[in-house]
Amino acid sequence: MRESEILEKIRSSPGYPSRERFIKGPVCVIECPEEIPCDPCSQVCPFEAIDVGRPITNLPKLIEDRCTGCGLCITACPGLAIFVVNLNYSPGEASISMPYEFLPLPDVGQQVEMLNREGSYVCKGRIVRVNEGEDHTRVVTVAVPKEFYEHARGIKLISGKVR
Amino acid sequence: MRIYDHPILGGLREKRKVSIEVDGEIIEAYEGEPIAAALLAAGIRTFRHTLRENKPRGLFCAIGRCTDCVMTVDGIPNIRTCVTPVREGMRVETQVGLGKWRRI
Amino acid sequence: MDAELSVIGSGPAGLSAAIESAKYGVRVELIDENILPGGQLFKQIHKFFGSKKHYAGVRGYDIGWRLLREAEDAKVNIRLNTTVWGIFQSSNNRIGLFDQQRVFFSKPKRLVIATGATENPLSFPGSTLPGVMGAGAVQTMMNIHRVLPGRRVLMVGAGNVGLIVSYQLLQAGAEVAAVVEAMPKIGGYLVHALKLMRTGVPILTSHTVLEARGDKEVESAVIASLDKDCRIVKGSEKELDVDLVCLAVGLKPDAELCRMLGCGFTYVPFLGGRVPIHNEDMETTIPGVYVAGDVSGVEEASVAMEEGRLAGISVAESLGYISEGEAEKEKDEIKERLRDFRIGPFGSPRQEGKDKILTEYKRWFSNEGKRDS
Repeated sequence: MRESEILEKIRSSPGYPSRERFIKGPVCVIECPEEIPCDPCSQVCPFEAIDVGRPITNLPKLIEDRCTGCGLCITACPGLAIFVVNLNYSPGEASISMPYEFLPLPDVGQQVEMLNREGSYVCKGRIVRVNEGEDHTRVVTVAVPKEFYEHARGIKLISGKVR
Repeated sequence: MRIYDHPILGGLREKRKVSIEVDGEIIEAYEGEPIAAALLAAGIRTFRHTLRENKPRGLFCAIGRCTDCVMTVDGIPNIRTCVTPVREGMRVETQVGLGKWRRI
Repeated sequence: MDAELSVIGSGPAGLSAAIESAKYGVRVELIDENILPGGQLFKQIHKFFGSKKHYAGVRGYDIGWRLLREAEDAKVNIRLNTTVWGIFQSSNNRIGLFDQQRVFFSKPKRLVIATGATENPLSFPGSTLPGVMGAGAVQTMMNIHRVLPGRRVLMVGAGNVGLIVSYQLLQAGAEVAAVVEAMPKIGGYLVHALKLMRTGVPILTSHTVLEARGDKEVESAVIASLDKDCRIVKGSEKELDVDLVCLAVGLKPDAELCRMLGCGFTYVPFLGGRVPIHNEDMETTIPGVYVAGDVSGVEEASVAMEEGRLAGISVAESLGYISEGEAEKEKDEIKERLRDFRIGPFGSPRQEGKDKILTEYKRWFSNEGKRDS
């Protein structure tokens, strides 16, 4: 699957913020465009900014005015499909917070290669935060040049240490 | 290959070690783990050879269904190594064909 | 005293059936041939989908622990290391057991068969070499026993199992060279596929494995692309440097005991092939014998738990431990949740499959003597 095709599918789902909302600052980006039976994102949000309702195969809907970008949904999502994007991280950079379940963990300040949804190289990124997260799902925040805020979604794995 | 560090499961907890003999060589295993796991950890992947063509076979299903992983254990052939736990001093042998019973 | 109910298999379905019936007072015995209970739950290290009220967002092994605690609280008698080697319809569904020491029999009033599923093999040159393994087997080895069966892996099949196990291989420190999928489209959930793709693992649709190569063990694998008629595209062959070929090409119900009993079967490809016919309460064509979980049609663990509960309540009701009215209320709630699991592009073919099974059940009893097994 190509990045453009996947992004198209995700953009047209109700969990994807509008361009206007991105501009306002931190917001959760729900990349869950298929009807699967799942609702923890809507249960965890303290601001009721994510709605699934019944049946639970409904696509999660982001009520973007309510979202504060707090990121609780990142680790709650069993599909690891929720990110928080802050387009105003710095004058030239956006930050992307993503779930991370690999070892070794990247270090703050480390330069990493960012990949898009199909696994192609997008840009360099800088690790700005590594959170303990919840139940072994860590949250890693990477700063990337602003123009890549919709594309940088993965960190090229730092090769694991297999003994 | 043992997986020592795991992002979800954490560090490998040390368990009591036992020694087993595999085709005459002593290897270390964790008490209670299946023979097949101990062999993989020691880098051994060939468990037996087939009757007619002498082809190598190893672990396939790991739930005791396919019987591809059988070996001769303490003189008894056709032991499913994926569901049989190791014991201190156990003697495991690569099985050829249907194997041979041996009194020990 | 013999148990009133024997549940065979202590995976998510069997545990749930045992817990639910024991809660209402049924004397339950839960039998498993393995050393540990839990079936395949303890190797599931990812967070489950589903409703937050029912374990969604909880990792499989944690669900396993919770169920074991519930089983203990409900005083379920768990018999491990015990194989059921026979069931005899002619003597009131008497079951034959072997506990590694002795052979004995048990005569429960009701049976729940929750024996799960087995992985499908795939045949190709080199497929019998050591280093070609089922995806579930790899999962067992790395997540339960903490050993890695290979360093560089080719995954065959991009259904949910192939996608999830590939991701877990990365977590365990292996490299996944590629996932090949013969169909033109990824079969599993896109969210599972994306977890892999964004780390750089290629998922090659319309591709298959042609050969596993190696003198004594797998040293490489040859893949090729397929055209729209599923023919190999000449010249597209590529040799990948891998030491493990992992097969995730579907599961089928492990229904030997149902067959032995003479249960009616029907063919539902989407649920894994031939499945025992059962009604909405999970009772098979043999009265007093129930099925739950993958053995009744391969779905997922969340469904297996609901089906187990359904079977457990039905048994309690049939033994008079719960009134019909109360049972109906409980069962309706579960059935509603099951319906919720079976809608959408992934769920609705399963609902159609279950509907077909129900139709076959009704036909079975309206058309006595008609056998499809």
